[in-house]
Amino acid sequence: MNRSVVLSETGNLSVRHQWGKFFQGLFLFSTVIGLIVLGILIVTVVDKTFTLVAVTNKVDPATLADRPLEELSEEELRQILRENLRPARLRTIERDQAPLDEMNQADLTALVTTEIVKPTTRASYPLFQSLTRRAEIEAEIRSEYPDAQIYFKAWLTWDFLQRSMSTKPDLAGVRQAVKGSLWIIFITILVAFPIGVGAAIYLEEYADHRSRINRILQTNIENLAGVPSIIYGILGLAVFVRTLALITSGAVFGVDAGSGRTILSGGLTMALLVLPILIISSQEALRAVPRSLREASYAMGATRWQTIWHHVLPYALPGILTGTILTVSRALGETAPLILVGASSLINKDPQSVFSFFTTLPFQIYNWTVRPQPEFRNIAAAAILVLLAVLLSLNATAIVLRNRLSKRI
Amino acid sequence: MSEQNLSNHFAIETRNLNLFYGNFRAVKDVNLQIVPRKITAIIGPSGCGKSTVLRSFNRMNDFVPGFHMEGEILFHGKNLYAPDVDPVQVRQYIGMVFQKPNPFPKSIYENVAWGARINGYKGNMDELVEGALRAAALWDEVKDNLKKSGLSLSGGQQQRLCIARALAVKPEIILMDEPCSALDPIATLKIEDLMRELSENYTIIIVTHNMQQAARASDYTAFFTMDEDRAGVMVEYGETSQIFTNPRDKRTEDYITGRFG
Ligand SMILES: Nc1ncnc2c1ncn2[C@@H]1O[C@H](COP(=O)(O)OP(=O)(O)O)[C@@H](O)[C@H]1O
Ligand SMILES: [Mg+2]
Repeated sequence: MNRSVVLSETGNLSVRHQWGKFFQGLFLFSTVIGLIVLGILIVTVVDKTFTLVAVTNKVDPATLADRPLEELSEEELRQILRENLRPARLRTIERDQAPLDEMNQADLTALVTTEIVKPTTRASYPLFQSLTRRAEIEAEIRSEYPDAQIYFKAWLTWDFLQRSMSTKPDLAGVRQAVKGSLWIIFITILVAFPIGVGAAIYLEEYADHRSRINRILQTNIENLAGVPSIIYGILGLAVFVRTLALITSGAVFGVDAGSGRTILSGGLTMALLVLPILIISSQEALRAVPRSLREASYAMGATRWQTIWHHVLPYALPGILTGTILTVSRALGETAPLILVGASSLINKDPQSVFSFFTTLPFQIYNWTVRPQPEFRNIAAAAILVLLAVLLSLNATAIVLRNRLSKRI
Repeated sequence: MSEQNLSNHFAIETRNLNLFYGNFRAVKDVNLQIVPRKITAIIGPSGCGKSTVLRSFNRMNDFVPGFHMEGEILFHGKNLYAPDVDPVQVRQYIGMVFQKPNPFPKSIYENVAWGARINGYKGNMDELVEGALRAAALWDEVKDNLKKSGLSLSGGQQQRLCIARALAVKPEIILMDEPCSALDPIATLKIEDLMRELSENYTIIIVTHNMQQAARASDYTAFFTMDEDRAGVMVEYGETSQIFTNPRDKRTEDYITGRFG
């Protein structure tokens, strides 16, 4: 009867507002926590990547040449190596790594440094500590290593990306790890993308949703998506590395790697790992295609395949790519399955083909963090930054691609 | 006259047509004879099976799990649901325009050309596109923008693009399921004018909610309603003028005078 009575239920309204505020605050809080954690992670990594170091050399590089090593030509570097190393040592190096004549400038510089100069980082202090307590730290170093050079060192350098693995943190690089990761990802996408999208098309477009077999299939795929990655590692070890060793080692193709612990096995294992997620996300993208679009196509006398190929897939592609991006990111960071499949902790040869042995960035990071010497944690931090950069650039490429495609619609 | 010849008089003829979704009978015992090159309107309350009947004419219901039919739908004397009939081919002869305009997310040109191309059209595509767009009374509005997306057009233009797209496949019959329900009155009138023009060359069957539209734009009207167990039945069918001025059935009269329910 009286309208103002209805409108002025103030007690109720203020309670509702309070709850509204509470939830808004709660969500803001969770977001802020997330950002803080991310910030801490990045700060810690950067803190370890740029440090104040105390370095002592066994041989002063100035006695080897009149210019810094980096500026010498490849021939001059080879000359220095031949003059300063015993022939037996040279032969070992050429056997383990590559003939001197085939090495590039970066490799040769690294070799001169490891074999002759032999610099050793005696101590390394994280960035923020060094900035705040510089004088104190320098005094400390002087008392322990009177002849050490003290300077700021960025562990993440262009050289770090180009150098091979090494047992010495000062000389170790991530070239093989980056290449290995990219190779593995390449194989993963190559295998998982067509199979995953194909399976999703079958399940969404062709399979009868009411049939028992297809329902069981669907449930199983969803369960597989939740299986821990280490299990896939065991599967990969049993199937690709052992049972199919003839194929994965390349023996049947005449390029025997010696065992099945190759990029091919790693990539196939990763493909299996990401396949269920890829199928599910592609299915979701296909399901989001409006029925009106399919009907329009069918009503013009199009076959099922023409409808899928010309309308459904183009419409779903941005969504499928988004799923692929997320999945590939996951694969790039996976470590456990590759440990089982046999990533090598020390290889000096770059991966040449799918039948090469390999290491990957996350595996390398893991390896370095478990070493006792503190300097390994510095290069692990640098490698983390590399991994993040590779991840971000892969994602950025895929996002640009996706936006291009969805603009066309 | 033999039975074969008799059925050739009609664009489509249904005999004891029953349509089911699973166990649910949506349409019961419909005997309907569609006259060629005329506009036939199907009217009736919501849920009485108008769309179900219409979609059974070009086998669009095949995609609904559990759908099945009994009886016959004859097209050129052939049952559309005979085992040897290819539904894809049926849809090339019997095109469809939907309730909500649904152009492909492609250019205007591609929207029209696509259907012809997948049906193996080998002639001059530009001519075909222009012809279809002219026939759909859209050419003058879009001739300078054929590369623009079909989705950039207004609702009424989109619906005419969908008609042009259907025409490009060269069908005999065009089914329209409430083609104007998403359009404003002016766009609606344009479509009605267009239907009138098209009926010179095509058989048109239109489902509509709008009684004035049926009265204005159709030659024949079929009135459907639901019986006790919610199955759609055809109450009355005849020339539109007769249905609207002199309905034989009480239920038709109640419906068209707005006394339904
Ligand atoms: N895909 C479907 N599955 C099950 N029942 C349906 C489906 N489509 C329509 N129906 C049912 O069939 C009856 C007729 O529907 P419809 O032909 O869409 O009616 P109208 O177009 O006259 O409003 C309704 O009772 C509706 O619920
Ligand atoms: Mg309807």
